[in-house]
Amino acid sequence: MAVLSYIDAITLAMKEEMERDERVFILGEDVGRKGGVFKATNGLYEQFGEDRVIDTPLAESAIAGVGIGAAMYGLRPIAEMQFADFIMPAVNQIVSEAAKVRYRSNNDWNCPMVIRAPFGGGVHGALYHSQSVEAVFANQPGLKIVIPSTPYDAKGLLKAAIRDDDPVLFFEHKRAYRLIKGEVPDDDYTIEIGKADVKREGDDITVITYGLGVHFALQAAERIEKDGISAHILDLRTIYPLDQEAIIEAAKKTGKVLLITEDTKEGSVMSEVAAIIAEYALFDLDAPIKRLAGPDVPAMPYAPTMEKFFMISPEKVEQAMRELAAF
Amino acid sequence: MTENRHAALGLSDEKVLEMYRTMLLARRIDERMWLLNRAGKIPFVISCQGQEAAQVGAAYALDNEKDYIAPYYRDMGVVLRFGMTTQELMLSAFAKAEDPNSGGRQMPGHFGQKKNRIITGSSPVTTQVPHAVGVALASKMQKKDFVTFVTLGEGSSNQGDFHEGANFAGVHKLPVIIMVENNRYAISVPLKKQLACENVSDRAKGYGMPGVTVDGNDPIEVYKVVKEAADRAREGKGPSLIETVCYRLTAHSSDDDQRQYRTEEDLAEGKAHDPIMRFSNYLKELNILTSELEEKMQNDIMAEIDEATEYAEQAPYAAPEHALKYVYAEQEEV
Repeated sequence: MAVLSYIDAITLAMKEEMERDERVFILGEDVGRKGGVFKATNGLYEQFGEDRVIDTPLAESAIAGVGIGAAMYGLRPIAEMQFADFIMPAVNQIVSEAAKVRYRSNNDWNCPMVIRAPFGGGVHGALYHSQSVEAVFANQPGLKIVIPSTPYDAKGLLKAAIRDDDPVLFFEHKRAYRLIKGEVPDDDYTIEIGKADVKREGDDITVITYGLGVHFALQAAERIEKDGISAHILDLRTIYPLDQEAIIEAAKKTGKVLLITEDTKEGSVMSEVAAIIAEYALFDLDAPIKRLAGPDVPAMPYAPTMEKFFMISPEKVEQAMRELAAF
Repeated sequence: MTENRHAALGLSDEKVLEMYRTMLLARRIDERMWLLNRAGKIPFVISCQGQEAAQVGAAYALDNEKDYIAPYYRDMGVVLRFGMTTQELMLSAFAKAEDPNSGGRQMPGHFGQKKNRIITGSSPVTTQVPHAVGVALASKMQKKDFVTFVTLGEGSSNQGDFHEGANFAGVHKLPVIIMVENNRYAISVPLKKQLACENVSDRAKGYGMPGVTVDGNDPIEVYKVVKEAADRAREGKGPSLIETVCYRLTAHSSDDDQRQYRTEEDLAEGKAHDPIMRFSNYLKELNILTSELEEKMQNDIMAEIDEATEYAEQAPYAAPEHALKYVYAEQEEV
């Protein structure tokens, strides 16, 4: 089995799906000859040509809207937003249109489209190249939001997203692109959207997170293990709609729950996870639900001091896990 | 003497009579909906009145067996030509389960019917322009010869999606026709407060496509320019922008009172240009339409509308819990 980086797994998923299904195509800014600003579409222009790897005008609402039109016709567009921060001009197309096409037409039309976007901080991206935007979309029934943490999950989930009959927002942590490596099989596998995954079994505390937070939690778990604290780690993978069953089960398992997101805390995806636990597992808890998240400021500043202050890190995660275990 | 202007375009006398009937049908359905609204039977109406010539003229210039359309909320004349029936429009007005547009989920005027290639639409204006461009992109990628036709109002031509969609279509030379039905008002705001340029069609230059402004009260004139645009699109020559100038004969919707912002003279001018009257006169002067034939047509239309209204009024609503269905793809219960 090959060891691939997170971004190579994403490229491989698109390549395989484009080879498998001629309806699949890519559109976005700089996705063609340049292969994307992060190189996520590297080599695809050369393999599939400019008709299937389309460099679009610099206009995000059209990237989403044209993709929606092509998807309603029956094609399988993969639209790339260059940074998740720049998805905002396309929100009307995503929320008013893609999310509602099936519902408003009483199941007559549907919109099988994927919108990929790199998100997340810790890369000196400042306010507008670092944001986590998933909470903006995480209360829009009709959408699915996937955030993989490992190369294996990235490939399987992206292939599932491309084959899905409904619109999927696929957010990729840009710091994970080359930092995270892992084994990725060559075979044609998919991972079911809507299912969380236990990334580590443990008995003392439960950590629920996604994206880069999974890796920080895994590193911290190794360190606290030495002090006899056993951490159970659940990777949400799909953050909308949430896997309620897996969340409740993981919370009940240890009775002590730490929720981690690098998004700003208030109204984040973790607010909903906390509500699910409070609603269905309150009497199984041995400690108040604990959240580790970014501070409630507009976005991550550029200067390294302030960026580090904003970002979650293995150290912050470890400290939060130890505090919870000690409760 | 009135000159026959349709024969030269390949339109037979039968065809122009059919066009007239479709215009008249749209008008009469619309009028019935207002009556039903004022009688408290349906909650909302948004009208096609005054724009039937542009809608029907354009729709007849398209191939209603293969072209795709992304109509906006006033386009009753367009969807009638593309296969939506009077009964289906009434089911939509009454928000009944059998409404093919949305099963009673959306307000009337939010058209959509896949079997007739009528692309589902929403209320935020102009979002349909990029959709039509996307369908046109699919047409080009799949090497099909259908064109996509999208409409909007002149106020909507200020939205970002208009510019983004038109520019995309221009850059990629896509087979799409963008038709702006300029009825001079965006609810209460007149044209001069909406556009800094003289015509909406002036904007075409910026997208590298031809732009033309025509009399939207004349179905023959609209047919001609839309036919040319469709031919261009099918030949791979790219998109076109067409502006049809007409009058809005009703308030914006059943919840609006246009006497608050339009003068008596303005309203009278609109009535004087009524496209139904004008086309009727044209056809009569050419002895294609007779008073007897017109009366029969009227009677047939009223009977059709009566029957459709009766049917739709009696038809059941969706069950309350149907509101939970079709958020995502689901397995149909056996």
